[in-house]
Amino acid sequence: MYNFEFEQPSTVAEAVAALADEDAQALGGGQTLIPTLKQRLASPSKLVSLAGIAEMKGVSIADGVLTIGGGATHAEVAADACAPLAALAANIGDPAVRNRGTIGGSLANNDPAACYPSAMLALNATIVTNAREIAADDYFQGMFETALDEGEIITGVRINVPDGANYQKFEQPASRFALVGVFVAKTAEGVRVGVTGASEEGAFRWTEAEAALNGSFSADAVPAAPSADGMISDLHGTAAYRAHLVAVLTKRAVAAIG
Amino acid sequence: MSQVTMTVNGKTASGDVEGRTLLSQFLRENLNLTGTHVGCDTSQCGACVVHVNGEAVKSCTMLAAEADGADVATIEGQANADGSLNTIQQAFQDHHGLQCGFCTPGMVMSAAALLKDNPKPSEAEIRDYLEGNICRCTGYHNIVKAIMAASGQDVSAIAAE
Repeated sequence: MYNFEFEQPSTVAEAVAALADEDAQALGGGQTLIPTLKQRLASPSKLVSLAGIAEMKGVSIADGVLTIGGGATHAEVAADACAPLAALAANIGDPAVRNRGTIGGSLANNDPAACYPSAMLALNATIVTNAREIAADDYFQGMFETALDEGEIITGVRINVPDGANYQKFEQPASRFALVGVFVAKTAEGVRVGVTGASEEGAFRWTEAEAALNGSFSADAVPAAPSADGMISDLHGTAAYRAHLVAVLTKRAVAAIG
Repeated sequence: MSQVTMTVNGKTASGDVEGRTLLSQFLRENLNLTGTHVGCDTSQCGACVVHVNGEAVKSCTMLAAEADGADVATIEGQANADGSLNTIQQAFQDHHGLQCGFCTPGMVMSAAALLKDNPKPSEAEIRDYLEGNICRCTGYHNIVKAIMAASGQDVSAIAAE
């Protein structure tokens, strides 16, 4: 790991100012970034830790709206979020990783196999930054690509608590990342299906399944597997296998919601 | 270089660190607390688990600077005041929960974190909680048994395999 300066501001405004320096990089819980630095795949001149910012902490539910601070750890989401999202967070990594990793860090990184992006899409979440609010549909822009500008910080996430939701994760058994993960939610805007781990374009909504499930919410209504074109193919699974998993996991999620 | 100060096993500890200094490195090289082991250095194996402000973390994947001002507990602080093994450590010895011992500091620290939140975990809960702690000797069976025994549960029915 190359050396860097370390700063830990206590407000969002201070963090934004610190990130204005060239080659400065925000640090959430570091569970992806620190291993990346060790591999010398990144070499920021300065790390700006967001862990000391009180206004980015906490998970709360009020009037049907779930608000999660960008600095909330997976363990905190698992303890305090609405049940389907709590269950998702409780199965990320391992306990020690969940005590450090944050939802803001995960969303800013947008790993194609991370769990949260599928949930954000399915729950029609609003990603709140220091500068603006971004709808989940506009936020995820491909593998490791997001709508965030340079130096922009995810300060929180806002979600309308769904009528029903379920996440099905098919774990890659060594990494425990999702080989494929499907989050199905019944929202005020209808059924939404978010998929992670499958597409080379990163997390996406399976709109064909959404249309079918809006007609009839049952596992039998889930369409045949989506096209394998553009699905990830690697030593863990072929594109066709992943496409197949998308349909199977969607059915399981729908059956679990009932 | 900048100075960090933290409480480690109840005592104040300070030192000069670079931005990139890991907590595991600070504990081992600055404070000579070499009980915290670094197995994989990629946050897979859990040999480096310590508690920071009461929560289990992988100290190889946390910067020393991030622990500035924190309350840190390591394996060196686990024994009783008179130097005898604490309940978890004694259970690991009684139930042969270790062979080479390399993973043991992390196992004991993870077990302590589990039992703090869940004083009577089931076997399945223990196995699930130890997902991030790898042991290449024991096959985990006696580790799980030791943790069940440490939580005061009867393990006589669990046959050694």
